[in-house]
Amino acid sequence: MKTIYIMWLREMKKFFRNKSRVVGALGQPLLFLLALGYGLGSVFKAAGQGNYIQFLAPGIIGMSIIFGSVFNGMSVIWDRQFGFLKETLVAPVPRFNIMFGRTLGGATTAALQGVVVLVITLFAGFQPHNWALVPAAILVMVLIGMLFGAIGLMFGSMLEDFQGFQLIMNFLIMPLFFLSGALFPLKGTPTVLQWIARFDPLAYGIDAMRMLLNNDSHFGLAIDLAVLIIVATVFVALSSRAFAKIQI
Amino acid sequence: MEESGQDIIEVRGLTKRYGDFTAVDDITFSVKPGERFAFLGPNGAGKSTTIKMLTTLLNPTSGTIKLAGHEPARNANAVRQSIGIVFQDPSLDDDLTAWENMEFHGVLYGVPRSLRRERIDQLLEFVDLYSRKDSLVKEFSGGMKRRLEIARGLLHHPKIMFLDEPTLGLDPQTRNHMWQYLENLNKEESVTVFFTTHYMEEADKVAERIAVIDHGKIIAIGSGEDLKKQTNADSLEAAFLALTGSDIREEEASAGDRFRMMGRAMRSRR
Repeated sequence: MKTIYIMWLREMKKFFRNKSRVVGALGQPLLFLLALGYGLGSVFKAAGQGNYIQFLAPGIIGMSIIFGSVFNGMSVIWDRQFGFLKETLVAPVPRFNIMFGRTLGGATTAALQGVVVLVITLFAGFQPHNWALVPAAILVMVLIGMLFGAIGLMFGSMLEDFQGFQLIMNFLIMPLFFLSGALFPLKGTPTVLQWIARFDPLAYGIDAMRMLLNNDSHFGLAIDLAVLIIVATVFVALSSRAFAKIQI
Repeated sequence: MEESGQDIIEVRGLTKRYGDFTAVDDITFSVKPGERFAFLGPNGAGKSTTIKMLTTLLNPTSGTIKLAGHEPARNANAVRQSIGIVFQDPSLDDDLTAWENMEFHGVLYGVPRSLRRERIDQLLEFVDLYSRKDSLVKEFSGGMKRRLEIARGLLHHPKIMFLDEPTLGLDPQTRNHMWQYLENLNKEESVTVFFTTHYMEEADKVAERIAVIDHGKIIAIGSGEDLKKQTNADSLEAAFLALTGSDIREEEASAGDRFRMMGRAMRSRR
């Protein structure tokens, strides 16, 4: 327990000490919020879908979390290059604890970023339909962070340097984000897109947040949570296996 | 698990191949509990690869290892319980302070809180970093990082302490200091000390037994005196050169290696 906590604490300390990373991570969601939220707002309204900022906000929050947590997970590559990884790998601690503490820390920082983005969307005109459900939405953020942090760590454990990072971003993370329904309602899209979204775990994460923040859901909250929990567990297990196999 | 009188490190036919290249070639040796054992060899001889295999970081291609009765490849956690390591290249977290690096290590190694705090203060004092304990490691010079790394390695008292070129880049004061501390640890808690170094006089002074490895094979093993007698040399350095020749070795350079090559170039210029 203590070792999980200390690895979690390390992530927190690194996060709060690295102001440029925190601010930098806000740039992209902010841009999407402005360009898409305001840019497409009138089209969205004319199509009879209501307020686009209101619809988009959970998607943008999800975006900051998926990018943040995948990056956190893959930062194990930095640790490998700067040497700290060895220190944790020879410690008499099950590698699962190291991996889990780290992923939990990454998920917490990703959720913190999500909360900051949530605050920003409030200024852009977003209104949660029920403030009492916001804490539940934050828990969903942590869950999404765990899931994608584990995916990032899994790839980070298998790669020696950051060369493969772009590949994973462009061919896995970007598609997962753009096809998740973060930016558009899944209802009414071509069947192919709907099917793809069904296999995209982020779609369930964003749908869960949309339910909690907007009272609007595509899959239903129970299914969302079940899928998130199961998929997160699977990837934590896979990632822990990949991490345990690391050799230096 | 380990029975008294048995060897604490037992290596048989240990081999590591990377494709066509054999980094460690069928080596066999053993170390007794409480022994101070030096592992010497030119750059690229296979020292670090062997240490990586002994410390569970790398799986051997073939051969067996037993450390305190456990096999690293099968029971990595039991082995990790018994060992401590000071790595050749940096393994600190630059974004944490000196104190935090120590504290994290102590927690990972299960050193109880009060003992941990006491030893951290004592060790930071010992390597002369106490006044900088709350500075981020990234602000430290190379020598300061090295000292911190050594202090951290000494925080928990394992059965076997591995030190891979621990004194590289340290001034003689710190070097002496460190060996004194280790010799105390060795005497008082009979910690086995397994180390590599390029300072021959250091190996001669500290080690009870020395193995010389070259091109992945152990070419001589014995006390400093044995090696000198065997080669008719009057110093360990002369014995070492007689055993390994005086060619400078090629190897794939890591940052630490480049640093060592530079040092070697400077020395040979004199």
